[in-house]
Amino acid sequence: MALPNYTETRYRIWHYIYLTFCASVFFFLIAPLFVIFPLSFNAEEFLVFSDGMKKLDPNAFSLRWYQDMVYGTKNPWGLAAKNSFIIAIFATLGSVVLGTVAALGLSSRHMPYKGLIMATLISPMIVPLIISGVAIFFFMAKVGLAATHTGIVLAHIILGTPFVVITVTATLSGFDHSVTRAASSLGSDPINTFIKITLPLILPGVISGGLFAFVTSFDEVVVVLFLAGLENTTIPIQMWTGLREQLSPTILAVATCLIVLSTLILVTAELLRRRSERIRGININ
Amino acid sequence: MRAVIFSRPFLFMSTETKKILTTDGIPLEESLRKAEKKNKIKAFLLVCPLLLFLIITYVFPIGEMLFRSIDDRMVTNMLPKTYKAMENWDGKELPEEEVFEAFFYDYKTLVEQKTFGKLATQLNYEKNGFKSILKKLKRKIKKFEDGNYKDQIMDVHKRWANVEYWRAIKRRAPNFSNAKYLKGMDLLKDESGNITQVSEDRRIHRILWLRTLEVAFFVTLFCFVMAYPIAHLLATLPMKYSNLLMICVLLPFWTSLLVRTASWMILLQQQGIVNDFFVWIGLVTDDNRPEMMYNKTGTYVAMTQILLPFMVLPLYSVMKTISPSLMRAGKSLGGTPFVAFWKIYFPLTIPGIGAGCLLVFILAIGYYITPALVGGASGTLISNQIAFHMKSTLDWSFASAMGLMLLIGVLAIYWVYNKLVGVDNIKLG
Repeated sequence: MALPNYTETRYRIWHYIYLTFCASVFFFLIAPLFVIFPLSFNAEEFLVFSDGMKKLDPNAFSLRWYQDMVYGTKNPWGLAAKNSFIIAIFATLGSVVLGTVAALGLSSRHMPYKGLIMATLISPMIVPLIISGVAIFFFMAKVGLAATHTGIVLAHIILGTPFVVITVTATLSGFDHSVTRAASSLGSDPINTFIKITLPLILPGVISGGLFAFVTSFDEVVVVLFLAGLENTTIPIQMWTGLREQLSPTILAVATCLIVLSTLILVTAELLRRRSERIRGININ
Repeated sequence: MRAVIFSRPFLFMSTETKKILTTDGIPLEESLRKAEKKNKIKAFLLVCPLLLFLIITYVFPIGEMLFRSIDDRMVTNMLPKTYKAMENWDGKELPEEEVFEAFFYDYKTLVEQKTFGKLATQLNYEKNGFKSILKKLKRKIKKFEDGNYKDQIMDVHKRWANVEYWRAIKRRAPNFSNAKYLKGMDLLKDESGNITQVSEDRRIHRILWLRTLEVAFFVTLFCFVMAYPIAHLLATLPMKYSNLLMICVLLPFWTSLLVRTASWMILLQQQGIVNDFFVWIGLVTDDNRPEMMYNKTGTYVAMTQILLPFMVLPLYSVMKTISPSLMRAGKSLGGTPFVAFWKIYFPLTIPGIGAGCLLVFILAIGYYITPALVGGASGTLISNQIAFHMKSTLDWSFASAMGLMLLIGVLAIYWVYNKLVGVDNIKLG
């Protein structure tokens, strides 16, 4: 972003104002995440930087909140983590299967009422979560699935499928259908064609949709708040309760773990996006 | 010219050969149509599982919310005899003995079934003070003698002799009512059936609606002002730098909402880092630290940071497609950088602005978690009210009515979004 040397002074000044503004916005975006990190190693119980921490005194830091998170006597985090992973994995599987199949149909140029159906399939992403929560709660209560894992998994499939539909349709938009026709003309049946030809090509889209579905489920509070009983508590529910009642450093330890997890997901998603763009022949640079 | 050339052979064909047949003797047109139909059904069958799943578990339940919000048969079913007796009552003066008698028998059944509590709750929504007089009546009802129920009931409490309370019962006679929607807008149907405003001190919902709109509007505005320059920077920087900076946008995007809210709670608390900083630069004194959380400021700051990536990403994807030579051309033709930006660059980014703003606005208008945690009493939004009625007062029909009112607003914006951007053009990540 070097300016050409003929730039007038006032534009030069504007340019530096612009860069400073951008820098502060980036700081605003990313800095809050880094506050949690050091505070989770706090040796004291308060959520402020102690004097010892400011002087980088090693005694002011400890892993006690991490110990508390894992071994704490009446800590719910173990159960919550187990539930969260079970629910998120099943919800992701369900969303990916339903969403991918639907996206295959939607990308066909023969699809009737495409706009209306697409709008319906995407709606759980657009409708405010609180409304989805109320509606899904009424349904689950009626069929007796409230406060069960199954109920929460189904709810998260509803919320996760739009992401899969969007990412897979996007991947399919650059898909060359002559390869599947070639496969059929060589005697392959449709299922075989799908597994051997279509799926490997759209896999990046499927996986990144799956990642979205996983994160949606793993991070979802509002619907679970309506649906969950004591047995079905999840990490977000525990964090929600913790943040409402008393902000303890243990929550920060959990939050740090979640940030690490989201970094991993971000890296995977980015790699997938680049791979998918390469396959679709879009040059990034 | 081209159109003419192409249309000729077609004209020729349609007049000369009436029907082209396929090898098995079926007209080509029909055979094509058949194949098309088959493909249509195939495509539809692929979409079917998800569509059916969503219709059963999601679309119908939202319809059920609509039904719940207007359904008012509970009271009607609890007092069948009373309403039958009330049919001839004009509501001007106290009803006749037969109404009192019918009410006595209805209520006695409810007491025996132990469901009178529900009636008390429902009638109390209609008129304050019902709960206590119904409880009192429940205690006395066992000792009632046959005949002259009017005097006996009126002896229980003087409010039973007040015609207002009987009118309140009569108002609940219809099976369906729009009372919950009126309540959501701080209106009510008064004794004579006119729609009026509720008294000044009870007008809470309109404030909440306005506040929700205000917060959504300003959060969208803040997001736009902050996102536009950085999206521009990301789109114009060389790839190796912009990829690095993109992490600043994507990492918060992928991080748990609760984690980000928690970090704002730490930052904004009175002994928090932001306040420390203000004290350090001398903006405020140490004993006079401003309250930045549990009010609207907290809601604004946290929501802006949380929703910012949703504005940056659509803007970035549009700006990425704008060729830098356009700006150079504008400048070389004599425009100052500002004119070139305003006349060339900005209009080209409008699709991205539309997409980003509508997305952020839709998300902000239904926000629940962040306002509930950092909003306090003055920073909560309509969603919090819905959750409150779902979980605390258990007035589910009112929660449904409010939810649907919010939904109509969101769907209207969604429709605009669909027209402007198209749902299939939503980009993720």
